[in-house]
Amino acid sequence: MSIKILAFGAGLVIASAALGQPTQLDVDNAWAGATPGKAENGAAYVTITSPTADRLVSASTPVAKKAELHTMSMQGMVMKMRPVSGVDIPAGQPVSLKPGGEHIMLMGLNQPLREGQSFPLTLDFEKAGPRTVTVTVEKAGAKGPGPAATQH
Amino acid sequence: MPRTPPIAPVRNSPAGGSRRFLLIAGVLAGLVILGTGAFLALALRDTPRGVAGMALASAIGGPFQLVDQNGKTVTDADLKGKWSLIYFGYTHCPDACPTALNDISIALSELGPKRDAVRPVFITVDPERDKPESLKAYVTSFDAPILALTGTAEQIAQAAKGYRVYYAKHPEAGGDYSMDHSSVIYVMDPEGRFTASFTHESAPEQISERLKKLIG
Repeated sequence: MSIKILAFGAGLVIASAALGQPTQLDVDNAWAGATPGKAENGAAYVTITSPTADRLVSASTPVAKKAELHTMSMQGMVMKMRPVSGVDIPAGQPVSLKPGGEHIMLMGLNQPLREGQSFPLTLDFEKAGPRTVTVTVEKAGAKGPGPAATQH
Repeated sequence: MPRTPPIAPVRNSPAGGSRRFLLIAGVLAGLVILGTGAFLALALRDTPRGVAGMALASAIGGPFQLVDQNGKTVTDADLKGKWSLIYFGYTHCPDACPTALNDISIALSELGPKRDAVRPVFITVDPERDKPESLKAYVTSFDAPILALTGTAEQIAQAAKGYRVYYAKHPEAGGDYSMDHSSVIYVMDPEGRFTASFTHESAPEQISERLKKLIG
């Protein structure tokens, strides 16, 4: 293998890293809002980036009886929450689950989620398979992840 | 048999009677127009929001009797004397409700000394699951002192009707359910009159700025 080809290959790797294109499916910024009082349900949010088209099909966590993919929508002034069968991840486009939209609904929490805690969450993708991430708990009603969740 | 014409009495009465009728009708119409004008003038002077605001003010709100997180009976009359920020939601709601209550808490923290003039009120649309004790634990998680209200299904229905709040149970697999509900923060003045509203799109800063202006 000539030095030129090696240099070209190294250049490609650097270029793709610089563009922020992951070489595999990546789950980032995993966070959840603290649950007020003894609230039995919570919601977790993540940002997913995949180099190839994929689909998030299910989720699970030891902290809740079940984790479902849900979407929240506003129809006029009316808030509706519905389960969805999956979330499509287009190739190369980050998909952010966030308040007011799609979320991972944590139903029947074993313990309330308190600010500053963290817990594992496993996401199952149609092609990439399972990915387990650490979810950081933010303030109840927070609108995004804090510094802890965005650290790598 | 011929049908009796509807205007038969007028047509059959003497010509003088008909003129008198017209005269009375004219005077009445004039009074109605004058009265409406006077009412409009007063309404516009007293409320810069105009007639539409007046209509809304009387259309949103109304009597209710509920129970708070300490088991104490609370009626609409108890809310008078302070500004109220009223939000209908439920504690099993993981997204919109904590967001609204946290936004209210942030907005209130920016009011400084005026903070005490505002009382946030959380009214459940899920009385089946939200009892006083669970509401108490729920609202104490937020920084602002929130009055949390529940009641019987009928009492909640009456309160929601007054505030034009829609809610409906949406069953889910496994016997669980979520609640579809109007997500609006209502501002009621110390007299209990509807004054303004905020939606999920209102940032806490917008809420606090508006409240500062309203409280004066």
